Amino acid sequence: MEQTIFYILAAAAVLATVLAITEKHPVHAILFLVTSLFSMATIFYLLMAPLVAAFEVILYAGAIMVLFLFVIMMLDLGHPEKGLAPHWKEWLPAAVLSGISIASLVLVIVSRHAAPAAPAAMPTIREVAVRLFQEHGLAVELISLQLLFALVGALYLGRQAKSGDSK
Amino acid sequence: MDIVILGLPMMYYIAMVAKVLVAFVFVLLTVAYATYAERKIIGHMQVRLGPMRTGWHGLLQPIADGVKLFFKEEIVPSQASTFAFLIAPLIALVPAFITFAVIPFGGVIEVAGYKIPLQIASYVDMASGKVYDINVGVLYILAMSSLGVYGIVLAGWASNSKYSLLGGLRASAQMISYELSAGLAIVSVFMLSGTLSMNEIVNLQSGMGGFEWYAFKQPLAFIMFFICSIAEINRTPFDLPEAETELVSGFCTEYSSMKYAMFFMAEYANMVTVCALTTTLFLGGWNGPLATTFTLLGPVYFVAKVYFLMFFCMWLRATVPRYRYDQLMHIGWKVFIPLGLINIVVTGIWNYLI
Repeated sequence: MEQTIFYILAAAAVLATVLAITEKHPVHAILFLVTSLFSMATIFYLLMAPLVAAFEVILYAGAIMVLFLFVIMMLDLGHPEKGLAPHWKEWLPAAVLSGISIASLVLVIVSRHAAPAAPAAMPTIREVAVRLFQEHGLAVELISLQLLFALVGALYLGRQAKSGDSK
Repeated sequence: MDIVILGLPMMYYIAMVAKVLVAFVFVLLTVAYATYAERKIIGHMQVRLGPMRTGWHGLLQPIADGVKLFFKEEIVPSQASTFAFLIAPLIALVPAFITFAVIPFGGVIEVAGYKIPLQIASYVDMASGKVYDINVGVLYILAMSSLGVYGIVLAGWASNSKYSLLGGLRASAQMISYELSAGLAIVSVFMLSGTLSMNEIVNLQSGMGGFEWYAFKQPLAFIMFFICSIAEINRTPFDLPEAETELVSGFCTEYSSMKYAMFFMAEYANMVTVCALTTTLFLGGWNGPLATTFTLLGPVYFVAKVYFLMFFCMWLRATVPRYRYDQLMHIGWKVFIPLGLINIVVTGIWNYLI
């Protein structure tokens, strides 16, 4: 039963991701990406990780993708499907980097023979919080600082040229 | 009752289908009659009578409205993105209904020797008699309400009309802003309860004769959560996405017939869900005097509390004028988020000292 649901969801996730990449219209691509994220969240739930599933939907499908949609609607791209394909020099670094990450993923999968033992019980939200904010507290703070840098940078780039009223 | 399917007794499946039907019919009927109640209540508040012609004191008005909407012409604008235009009402409607899966609307009742918890996504372990439900229930509700935004944003974008697009943009900005402060208000409840399971949260509020509510322990969080939820479901005074004086009808300008009715139903179903969630988190859920001894009193208390909150929503609509957009953003980001953070800090210090 669970295996059948898993295969259905996995097929939906893969199909939606492929469609999200090949779709030329950005709004439709976002819809497919949301479908893919939602299937992923349900797979996480099947794997006894309801917390991860909830965060996947709240953060990725619920917040980040809505922001993407918001920005695309604000930009008014006109007819993006008629746009020119980028020059090979432009996408070469991206291709090299994704090639490296896919190669390392393959290496990891091939080199690992036995899967690590699954935890006996579902971790409670308290255990997750202790892990995250006590053991890895420094890393969380560093990442949040990085987000703050990005925010300040965006504010700096988006500032108005003339320093008019500060409202 | 000894038939076992996939490791669970037959009764489990019967009870599950029955619970789903009861909750679904409850939400549908409430949605239909909430429209009637709203027109009646606002009418009387404005010294009018409201609908009077269809049936006794207009009691058949929702059915007449439904039939009327069925027979209206379906219009798809020629320049609209058809796929997104057709799917948007569905995306708005479905999350509004499925949030009800984790809300407990009563205690554990016993039917033919089998214990049934009155909450859709839960079961009773027969050996220990403990109720297990989805242990991230509140996060599930937050997740579903954040998916509801897509319906409105897509409707605004797919209609290919300036009014709709503005309505959709406003809706997405408003819902994201107020989701944050609603989440912060819920965090202070978690700090008291220590669990995210809705069932546990309700049980923790059962002391003092069923009146140990979190609304008394966290009054600020209660008020903030309720206001932010009203803003998130786009009710007056926060109904900017469909502000009819500025945007015609906002994101649903181009919709007609049943597709319009679906947005309408989604709005009211969201109202039911939000009131049920506020009841569960802050007003003790189905708890009340004698609710633990007479289990059938639980759903009565629950429905009474939900209907009271819905009445309060309608009262707000009759009383408060619509906010301006900058006021809305100001309240969301500069008042509610700092207040929510301060509330969390104070709750933390309080819990540490006691």
